[in-house]
Amino acid sequence: MRIGLAKRETRSQKISALVPIISFLVSLILGGIVLAFSKANPLNTYIYMFRGAFGSWMAFSETLVKAIPLMLTGLGVSLAFRIRFWNIGAEGQYVWGAIGTAWIMLYWQFLPVQMLLPLGLLVGMAAGAIWAGIPAVMKAVWKVDETLTTLMLNYVAILFAEYLYYGPWRDPKGYGFPGSEPFPREAWLPRFLGRAHWGLFIAIVIAIILFFFLARTKWGLEIQMIGKNPNAARSLGVNIKWGIILVLLLSGALSGLAGGIEVAAIAHRLQKGIISGYGYTAIIIAWMSQLNPIAALFVAILMAGLLVGGDQLQMMIGLPAAMGLVIQGLLLFPLLAGTIFTEYKIRIKKT
Amino acid sequence: MNREKVKSPVLRMVGITKRFPGVVANDSINLELYPGEVLALLGENGAGKSTLMNVLAGLYDPDEGEIFIRGKRVEIRNPQDSMHHGIGMIHQEFALVGNMTVAENMILGLRDIPFVPSMSEVKEQIKKLSKRYNLKVNSDTLIQNMSVGEQQRVEILKLVYRGASILILDEPTAVLTPEEARDLNRIIMTMLDEGKSAIFITHKMDEVIQFSHRVQILRKGKSEAVCNTKDVTQRDLAKLMVGREVLFRMEKKAFHPGSVRVKLEHVNGEDETGRQFLRDISFEIRAGEILGIAGVAGNGQQKLAGVLTGLFSVSSGRIEIDGKDMTNKQPIQMIRTGISYIPADRGRMGIVGDMSVAHNLAMKKYREEPLSKKGILHPKRILSFAKQMISFFNISTPEPSTYVKFLSGGNIQKTILAREIDACRGILVAVYPSRGLDVGATEAIRKQILEQREKGSAIILVSEELDELMAVADTIAVMSEGEIMGVVDAQTTDIEELGMMMAGVRRRSS
Amino acid sequence: MQLLTTLLLVTIRAGTSLLYATLGEVYTERSGILNLGVEGMMMMGALTAFAVVYRTGNLLFGVLAAMLVGGCMALLHAFLSVSMRANQVVSGLSLTLFGTGFASFLGQRLGPAGNSFNLTGLTGERFPIIKIPFLGDIPVLSAFLQQDILTYLLYIIVPLAWFYLYRTRDGLSLRSVGENPRTAAAVGINVTKIRYIYTVFGGMLVGLGGSHLTLAYTPGWSENITGGRGWIVIALVIFSGWNPARAVFGAILFGGINAVQYRLQAAGTVIPASFLNMAPYLLTVIVLAAMTIVSRKKKTSFSSPSALGTSFSIEDK
Repeated sequence: MRIGLAKRETRSQKISALVPIISFLVSLILGGIVLAFSKANPLNTYIYMFRGAFGSWMAFSETLVKAIPLMLTGLGVSLAFRIRFWNIGAEGQYVWGAIGTAWIMLYWQFLPVQMLLPLGLLVGMAAGAIWAGIPAVMKAVWKVDETLTTLMLNYVAILFAEYLYYGPWRDPKGYGFPGSEPFPREAWLPRFLGRAHWGLFIAIVIAIILFFFLARTKWGLEIQMIGKNPNAARSLGVNIKWGIILVLLLSGALSGLAGGIEVAAIAHRLQKGIISGYGYTAIIIAWMSQLNPIAALFVAILMAGLLVGGDQLQMMIGLPAAMGLVIQGLLLFPLLAGTIFTEYKIRIKKT
Repeated sequence: MNREKVKSPVLRMVGITKRFPGVVANDSINLELYPGEVLALLGENGAGKSTLMNVLAGLYDPDEGEIFIRGKRVEIRNPQDSMHHGIGMIHQEFALVGNMTVAENMILGLRDIPFVPSMSEVKEQIKKLSKRYNLKVNSDTLIQNMSVGEQQRVEILKLVYRGASILILDEPTAVLTPEEARDLNRIIMTMLDEGKSAIFITHKMDEVIQFSHRVQILRKGKSEAVCNTKDVTQRDLAKLMVGREVLFRMEKKAFHPGSVRVKLEHVNGEDETGRQFLRDISFEIRAGEILGIAGVAGNGQQKLAGVLTGLFSVSSGRIEIDGKDMTNKQPIQMIRTGISYIPADRGRMGIVGDMSVAHNLAMKKYREEPLSKKGILHPKRILSFAKQMISFFNISTPEPSTYVKFLSGGNIQKTILAREIDACRGILVAVYPSRGLDVGATEAIRKQILEQREKGSAIILVSEELDELMAVADTIAVMSEGEIMGVVDAQTTDIEELGMMMAGVRRRSS
Repeated sequence: MQLLTTLLLVTIRAGTSLLYATLGEVYTERSGILNLGVEGMMMMGALTAFAVVYRTGNLLFGVLAAMLVGGCMALLHAFLSVSMRANQVVSGLSLTLFGTGFASFLGQRLGPAGNSFNLTGLTGERFPIIKIPFLGDIPVLSAFLQQDILTYLLYIIVPLAWFYLYRTRDGLSLRSVGENPRTAAAVGINVTKIRYIYTVFGGMLVGLGGSHLTLAYTPGWSENITGGRGWIVIALVIFSGWNPARAVFGAILFGGINAVQYRLQAAGTVIPASFLNMAPYLLTVIVLAAMTIVSRKKKTSFSSPSALGTSFSIEDK
């Protein structure tokens, strides 16, 4: 008897929807095994994590704080992935968003203070867009592979930010903690629940617009075509070069917005903690949400929950905060393995 | 070709059945092959010929049936087993690695060579065999630098290097000029004299008559008949292949060309590496005229089509559409002038497999009303548009929303055809439109093309089937190495004349 | 001359882990599988080696454990990429995300109680420098002959790796799988088996490379000890043209940049440290772009295996 795979006759929508859910459960089980080996009770640990992330309004607000930048970077990365452009540079685009916003906040204070926030966010978006645009142009014009270029630029961005807040932008009254001067109070992005801020509504609105854009406009159709068969798209008149560049500018802008919002609402300065790994988690979000903007919102909250819950673990039962990252890392494996079942089914052959 | 029937067959396949999801590719087929003969395996596309031979070559496991070699029952589980029993197969796409030499390809996959093989010994052997069968192959050349005909000879050399005595060739002459096909036949004959046998898969009846001793016809997975070639005519074969009378001549109305719509003047094209793919191409196509482009695949035909659709750029020369200069414009601009394109490589260039049939049908018209307005698509209108096209062009699909990659080859081509013809505003570029399709689908496509001609479209038809060109086209231009060797009238030309031009002999202007 | 020798010495030391990992990934990619999990595998290899050596004091066990871990992670990637036909880019990235997260987690769990279970800041056994007598005194040459055993092993492994790939029957099969799996399958090569074997083998070498960081180079464990080296490795594979011999140059170049960076920082130059640190990353982007543009004009011997990153199955026509 042999077990093999046979191609399905059509794509299974049912399985498509189930796979992310099942893989989340599988990753919890796998994480549980890791915990068991670490001499921690899996069930207890997960309960602590859940409480730490969703157990109270305070906890939930912290989860939202992390979810908001994840939503935006997740949306940005999903967009790039749609044209099969492996944008691993969301981290760097996010950092540049923070830098751009900080620049306005710190050095354009001659403007009326109400203008600082919107202008800052716009400049942050532009900075993120340009940072994504560089590898995009290299791919579109010279066909340079984007995986490495976007990634390498992450390190450059992070190092540049470091240079800024250790160097020319360093707050002389820094109290030892490296960072820039704080932004003007009136220019901060307002919060509404604990530290959770209005960035949430920005993210939700953007997700809805993006969903509509992709599903119901002709540019959305072209984006699908470029991603699924660029050769056919080209012969049908779609301009691939511009498609890549414009999509990536938008993708970078979203990650840049995430960075800008983060400094405008949470840190209120450009500082050491800006490097957060959100750009990489965004990849998990993109893949798990199957590039669907609305789903990305929920997956982002889930990821944020894992991170916040993980932080709690350190305080409550002394487990490394990295546990949250471990579970996140485990998430994609069952998802990757499970996706094949949308197009193939198991066939048992008698020999 | 006078071979007496020798007592026992060298190969016997008994009751071979092979199923794939949704289709029985081979249904209880029996086949016999005798030493020193060429058996033609004839059938339409989808009849099961390649599947049957893939079973023999060890690439597929039969669900039922047995194989006997020289009277002994054998199990063939993989290509290794197959080779071990002296069976060698040359597929339509050669099993050669482009950036490796002939010598490296020769020993690739062999198990019983030393861990560190002696390349000098290999090259010696290659030289010997090459001489014996007049294959003219050089050990150190890279495969990617060889012509298709040469590559085929390397494939043959590979088979004899590995001691094959039963050779299977899948559509071998598809990539050859008539002259090269005759050369191939001579090579095979030399091998038959040594007692080897050959099966060649084909869908061309004239080749069966020319090159085989016996012919076996498959239809829809079943073996329909086995005959001695000298006892049958092309008409008999066609009937057995399709199961009904086949029209050999299409109904074509008289030739009343209108004004010149497409004009190329001294067009030259160069690719990135500096190789010239088009040399000094000049021709005109008038409304209501079909210009056929003949030639062995790979001589610039696809590039020519690409130049007319904006996919490739030219280095010099002029392209005029309706009098306007359209040299080196983008695909979208060519589309806007009303040029429709049916590409050769359907899956890669013609459709987006992972999108629905409806979307694919809309891909030429989605930018404008009624399918979209100010950039926003109208799903209901797209759906009704798709339903209209599906029914009019007889596309068989479970739903309009089914991903188009799940459709059969013929229906995929119909989808492309539907989209392009619906959007056609008088100029059609069709490249190998009936390749890989069965007779029914082929007829439908040729009918559509002729209808467009009646409507006054200027059509350029690239085809590798000379009989198709002679039946459908008004004028035929033959391309060889990027140049047009000559332009002839389709009614008055013949295979000889076309064959000469395909081989690179320029037509002497009379 | 002394400066050159010292520089060369440190360069070779820095380049060892890079070279091991590059050789591993070259073999993996030659089979057609793109494994972007190198950073995660190197990190896990580094951690595992140190954790094992700290507990057992046995360097060999440490190295073997690192290879085992690298191989297992690569096995997972092979399973997902080959058997489950998953997207290789995402699969490799997942491996990196998981590997770095998990290594961080273990680094805070596997240490002794006295150090809050942390492995940072501890000293364990390390590979000693073995100086070759007599020859080890000649300037310049001495740089090559005052290294640890893992580096010395490379002097043999690199030529062997080259010879295997280009002069043996099995190397030929491997190259064909990455270049044209359909053809390889047609001549009877088991594409699946080859891809599994060389992906795992590659992972083992990557793990070994990671172990050099914690057992010889730094030594000792700290958070983010690989610092992006794994990504440089991916670039080095491209720069080497998938050729084990040419990989040496890339490893030396980036090893050298690594070595020079620290020296310059310590010496205190005008250029801020941050910009110096950007050098390897910017250099990677520039060289990658240059190579891509040049190789478009003509097919060079630096081209990638044509089937790299694609999945293959017999039924695909």
